[in-house]
Amino acid sequence: MSRDIKFTVNVDEYLSLNKYEVDETSAHIELVDEPSDEEFDKLIMVCPAALYKRDEEGRKSFDYAGCLECGTCRVACGDTIIKKWENPQPTMGVEYRFG
Amino acid sequence: MADFDAIVVGSGCAGAVAAYELAKAGKSVLVVERGNFAGAKNMTGGRIYGHCLRAVFPDNYDEIPFERKVSHERISLMSPDSNFTIDFASDALLKDGQESYTVLRSTFDQWLAEQAEDAGAEYIYGIAVEELLKDENGKVTGVSAGGDEITADVVVLCDGANSLLAEQAVGAPKPSAAQMAVGVKEVFELPAEEIEKRFQCNPGEGAAWLFAGDCTHGTFGGGIIYTNKESISIGIVAGIEATAEKATVPVYQMLEDLKNRPEVAPVLKGAKLVEHSGHMVPEGGITTMPDLIADGVLIAGDNATMCVNLGYTVRGMDYAVAAGQMAGQAAAKALDAGDTSKAGLQCYVDALENSFVLKDLRQFKNVPNFMEHFDRMFCGYPEMIRDMMNGMFVVDGTPVPPMKKTMMPIVKGVGFMNLFKDVRGAMKAL
Repeated sequence: MSRDIKFTVNVDEYLSLNKYEVDETSAHIELVDEPSDEEFDKLIMVCPAALYKRDEEGRKSFDYAGCLECGTCRVACGDTIIKKWENPQPTMGVEYRFG
Repeated sequence: MADFDAIVVGSGCAGAVAAYELAKAGKSVLVVERGNFAGAKNMTGGRIYGHCLRAVFPDNYDEIPFERKVSHERISLMSPDSNFTIDFASDALLKDGQESYTVLRSTFDQWLAEQAEDAGAEYIYGIAVEELLKDENGKVTGVSAGGDEITADVVVLCDGANSLLAEQAVGAPKPSAAQMAVGVKEVFELPAEEIEKRFQCNPGEGAAWLFAGDCTHGTFGGGIIYTNKESISIGIVAGIEATAEKATVPVYQMLEDLKNRPEVAPVLKGAKLVEHSGHMVPEGGITTMPDLIADGVLIAGDNATMCVNLGYTVRGMDYAVAAGQMAGQAAAKALDAGDTSKAGLQCYVDALENSFVLKDLRQFKNVPNFMEHFDRMFCGYPEMIRDMMNGMFVVDGTPVPPMKKTMMPIVKGVGFMNLFKDVRGAMKAL
């Protein structure tokens, strides 16, 4: 049974203000093939960039492109559904202008 | 013969200062920073206490690009329909050696890196260290970065809260979700005079504002607001385990709700969002601190859990600067003695033990556990305070009962024993 999580905010819009150099060729974070609902919902709660999403039908999606490289998902689910967590390739990823 | 006397991994508060000390001592130093400039991957709430920087930069302290001097300490207890705020100002907060400043890491870290470079440290930017090199006895002998192997007699590892290398360096396991908090922060631009008006501050001065209670909707964590020169930082710091297991909304929704609170929205009105950032905070304290040295390597800063969240203030950057300074000095001393083995680097641990860094962290060793189980601070006390304040301030024309009659049932609601236990617990932990 997955949690009924309500949110009113569109974080993607906020992330669009950040500066990124997105690595289109390789993902620096990878999930296992069939992540469990329970573990995935944890990541929905803790990822500050809202990269872990579920649509109305409950379908899961994850996009590393807006990653803030904090490592929270690695700490929360590094032993369960996060298969790989590496730093992005050289010069890639987020670049904070304020921080 | 190694390529460098020392390699420093990461140019944040600890790394840049360690590199500065090593270069100042005449050592050849290479800093490998994964951001395209120092600070590019770093984030703070945040505020730094000045004393640590006075110790490192006595001659050019006045040139440090601080944002604002913190003249107002604010703490709020927030219930769903009320907010109780303490605003403290004091001459003592502004005195040299006791003062603190808000900072933005992109600017601040670049200044620190400049000091290291000016002292003679070499920098490689935009490449992360993938691996530490070790000899057949397990002594760290350098780093592998971007496919190149670079060697050094000693490595100072300052790769931050999300350290991917501390395990290789000193055997530190990946931190558990209970030991770490996640921070989400947004920066809003606003003209300087407007900030000073809204926070009732003199030019160049500002506020540090912490929130507990409904800002996380009752789970372990809190809200933060810091005033910068021409922007306001607002964020949420929430325990990862507590949020993953018990929160009712995601962390970014907590931040959105905090921004929309009637007590907060007016200070952000008309301000322009310019950045949305995230970072982890090591909140486990000294009981989760890994070994700080091994053969050929020292660690300093967030990767060594040098951080405390006391509820009324959060510290980490001053510990990192001081630890970076001691790491750089100890590494230089070990290089001079020709012994960068674990025994040769013991002087780093000794220096930390004799300093406020480990003394404070020892003093606060029970705080993380106390805070994590201080449920009533996040849900219970904010409501109790609300009811007491309502009892005093709400006037509706009905005859006023004696104060005791109003207050006693409210305190009873939480329970005298609970209140007593929590006060005693807080006193013991802090």
